[in-house]
Amino acid sequence: MAAPRAPLHLVTPVWNRGTRGTRGLSRAVAPEGSQKKGRSLLQFLADRFYDVQALREYLLRKQVLKVHQKNRPFTYIRERFGPHAAGAYFILKQGGAVKFQGKEWIRSDARGHFSLDFLKFQAVPVEAVDASGCAINYQGLDSVCEWAETAGLFICPSVVGSRKDHSASPPPPTVALKELQSLWLQRCPHVDDWCLGRLHPLANSLQELSLAGCPRISERGLASLHHLQNLRRLDISDLPAVSNPGLTRILVEEMLPSCQVLGADWAQGLPSGPEEQSRDTASPLPA
Amino acid sequence: MLRRALQPGLSRGVLGRGLGTHRGRSTLGKVEGSGGYRGSWVAPVSSYVTFRTRDPTHDGKTVGRLGEGDQNGKVSEIKKKIQSVLPRGAWNPLRDTSYLPPEHSDVVIVGGGVIGLSVAYWLKRLEKPQGAIRVLVVERDHTYSQASTALSVGGIRQQFSVPENIQLSLFSVEFLRNINEYLAVVDDPPLDIQFNPSGYLLLASEKGAAVMESNVKVQRQEGAKVCLMSPEQLRNKFPWINTEGVALASYGMEHEGWFDPWCLLQGLRRKVQSMGVLFCHGEVTRFVSSSSHTETTSGEEVTLRRIHEVHVKMDRSLEYQPVECALVINAAGAWSGQIAELAGVGKGPPGTLQGTQLPVELRKRYVYLWHCPQGPGLETPFVIDASGAYFRREGLGNNYLGGCSPTEEEEPDPGNLEVDHDFFQDKVWPPLAQRVPAFETLKVRSAWAGYYDYNTFDQNGVVGPHPLVVNMYFATGFSGHGLQQAPAVGRAVAEMVLDGHFRTINLSPFLFNRFYLGEKVQEHNII
Repeated sequence: MAAPRAPLHLVTPVWNRGTRGTRGLSRAVAPEGSQKKGRSLLQFLADRFYDVQALREYLLRKQVLKVHQKNRPFTYIRERFGPHAAGAYFILKQGGAVKFQGKEWIRSDARGHFSLDFLKFQAVPVEAVDASGCAINYQGLDSVCEWAETAGLFICPSVVGSRKDHSASPPPPTVALKELQSLWLQRCPHVDDWCLGRLHPLANSLQELSLAGCPRISERGLASLHHLQNLRRLDISDLPAVSNPGLTRILVEEMLPSCQVLGADWAQGLPSGPEEQSRDTASPLPA
Repeated sequence: MLRRALQPGLSRGVLGRGLGTHRGRSTLGKVEGSGGYRGSWVAPVSSYVTFRTRDPTHDGKTVGRLGEGDQNGKVSEIKKKIQSVLPRGAWNPLRDTSYLPPEHSDVVIVGGGVIGLSVAYWLKRLEKPQGAIRVLVVERDHTYSQASTALSVGGIRQQFSVPENIQLSLFSVEFLRNINEYLAVVDDPPLDIQFNPSGYLLLASEKGAAVMESNVKVQRQEGAKVCLMSPEQLRNKFPWINTEGVALASYGMEHEGWFDPWCLLQGLRRKVQSMGVLFCHGEVTRFVSSSSHTETTSGEEVTLRRIHEVHVKMDRSLEYQPVECALVINAAGAWSGQIAELAGVGKGPPGTLQGTQLPVELRKRYVYLWHCPQGPGLETPFVIDASGAYFRREGLGNNYLGGCSPTEEEEPDPGNLEVDHDFFQDKVWPPLAQRVPAFETLKVRSAWAGYYDYNTFDQNGVVGPHPLVVNMYFATGFSGHGLQQAPAVGRAVAEMVLDGHFRTINLSPFLFNRFYLGEKVQEHNII
C-alpha cells in the first residue's frame, strides 16, 4: 500500500480554506459535513500535488507559529522589572487589560499601543486581568500563573503554612497570597481543558473567573476548577464543547458550594414542566 | 499456497538476488553501528543457515549466499523460471497482491498497538533524510479486540518511584497536550482525546507512608506537580473519603488524569499512514536468522543471531510472505514473550545470557463500570487505595470505572477475556466501599477484561536492543503503564535505532541486560 507521503506536519488543520486566522483554528469539534462543503480549488490541487500540499502546510504552520509567537515568555522584562510587570506586559501585548492594586485599568488602544507606566510599579500586585478574546494558550497562561508561584515552588491549595513538606523546595510562604482576584478569559479561542488544569496556583486569591464563550473548554476541564476554593463568581455560560450544560452547571455548583455559578439554565434540554402537567391531567385516568 | 514473488525475480537478471542480499547485508552492517564484535560477517556455513521451505524456484538466494555450486544452481534456477512462465506454471502476473506486505522493509514493527505506532511515528519523524527508512507495522488484529491499548482505563500519571518513568510520563503529557501539532494530518479533523485533568490520588497506610514520602520527593525533583496531604486535609478536600487507615496521600495537581486511548491510537494510525508507514494485517510466524560464533572480550563463546527475514502469515490463510528486514521491533505487548521465543531469545542453558528469556507474559485484569447515584462528584481524581483497588469517574452521569490487581496467587487464567464478576464482589467492592462509603450502594453496569504485558522481573518496561539477537529491539513489558509512556518510549526506541544511543531520556536501566545481570528496576507504584 503506497500511502501518500507527506512532509512533517506541525500544524493544526482547518476545515475550510476560507476561515483564516484564529477563528479557523479554534474549531475543536468540527462537524463531518463541512469537509464535503468546503472543497476548494486549493484543496483539490493539494490532494494531487505535493507542492501545493507543502504550500498549504506552510501557510497553516505560519498561523500556528503566530499563536506561539504571541504566547512567548518575556524573560528580559521579567528579569528586569519583576514577574508582575512581565505578566502585565504580556497581557497588554495580546490586547487585554490589566488592573493593578489601587490603580486604574490599563488597556491597549485600538492600534495596540499602551503606556509603559506600569513598569515603574515595583511589586504592586495585579488585581484583575481581562484577557477576553486574546490568543492566550497553555504556554501563555504560565506567565499569568507565575504571579502566584515563586521559582520551583507551587502551592498545594488546601494548605498554607502547615504541610508535610519533605522535598528539596523552600518552605511555603506563611502569608496567603492576595493577588490576582479576577480573571476573565471570555471567548479565548485557545484556552482549553489543559489551561484550566494550570490555574491551580491561583487558588488562594482568585475570586472571579469567567470562561464564557471559550470554544475548547469542556466539562472535563471544569472538573479541575475545584482547586479554586476561594472562587465566588464563575461564569461558564455559552460553552459549545460542553456536552450537557445544565447538568454540568449542577455538578459544578455541587463542587464549589460557596461560588455563584453563572451558566446554562438547569432546565435546558428538558421538556418544559407546565405543558407536561396539563397533558397529564387532560388524559382520563383508566378506571 | 506459497506465493512466488516473480516480478522482482524476473528483473533480477545479472545482478541476481544474491547481490541484493549482499547489499541488504551491508545496510545491516551500517545500522548495527556498535562495534566490538570480533566475529566476521562472511556468509556463514550452510549448517547454520535456516533453510526456508519455499518454492524451489527461489533457491537463488540461498545459492547466492553460499557462493558454491553456482553453476548447477543457476542452471536449475533458469530452468525453473522458464517452466513457471509456460502455461502450466505458477506465474500469475495479473493476481492482486496488494494485501501482502512488501518483500523488503528496513524496519518491521511487530504489533500495531500504541507502542508500535508510536515507534513508527518517531522513526518517521526523526529519520534523516525524510523517507529514508521503510517501516512496516504488522498487526494481526485490525479490530484491536484484545489489544491492551483499546481496553485500557486510560490514566496518565507521574506518580512513579523510578525517575525514568516520571520523565517518560512528563513527556507523554506534553505530547498529548500538543497532540494536534504532533499528529496533524491535512484535511482531517483535529483530535479530541478527552483529557480529564483531574489528577491522581494515591493513598498510603502506615506501612507505606515512608515509601510514599520518598517517592514524592523523587517526583518533585523530576518536575511533577505532586503534593502530600494528611488525612485531615484529605477530609477537607474530598468529604466523601473515609480516611480510616490512611496515613498519607499524594495528590497530583497537574498533568495527571485520564484520556481516551482509542482516540490516541486512531490519531497515531492516521498520522503514521500519512507519513508513509506500511501496514500489514498478518501474524508473524517465523524469523529466519543466521548465527555466527564470536568471542567476548573475556574469552567466552557467544552466538550472535541476526534476523534476516520475518515470515508474515496472512489472516485466515496459510499464505505467508517473507519480509526481508534490517531490524525487528518487538512491540507485541502481552504476546511479546512468544515473539521473542520465535526469534531465539532465551534458547540456551538457563543462567546464561543466551538462556535469559524475555520475562513478559500475559496477565488478565478486570475493569468494572458501575453506577452510584450518590457517589463522589465532579472533582473526583483517579483514586488508588492502599489496598490496590482503584476507581475513577466516567462521564457526567455518576458512573465509575474501577478494578483491582489480583495477588500472585489469585491470578486468573489468561486464556480468554471472560470477566469474573465474583472478583468484583469479593476483592474490589469491599475495599472501595470501605474507602468511599457512598459506594455501599452501587450497581455494576458492565465489565471487561484486558491483558497486561506483565514483566515478571520488575514490572517495568524493556526498551532497547537484545545483546545477542542483534537486530531485535524491544519496546514492551510495561505492566499496565505502557499507554501513558507510549509517546516517550516511541521516541526513545527511535533514537536508539537511528543514533545508537538514547538522546533525550536515558533509558539504559531498562535494557534487556538487566534480566541477566539481575539488576531490578523495581517500580513500586503499580496498580
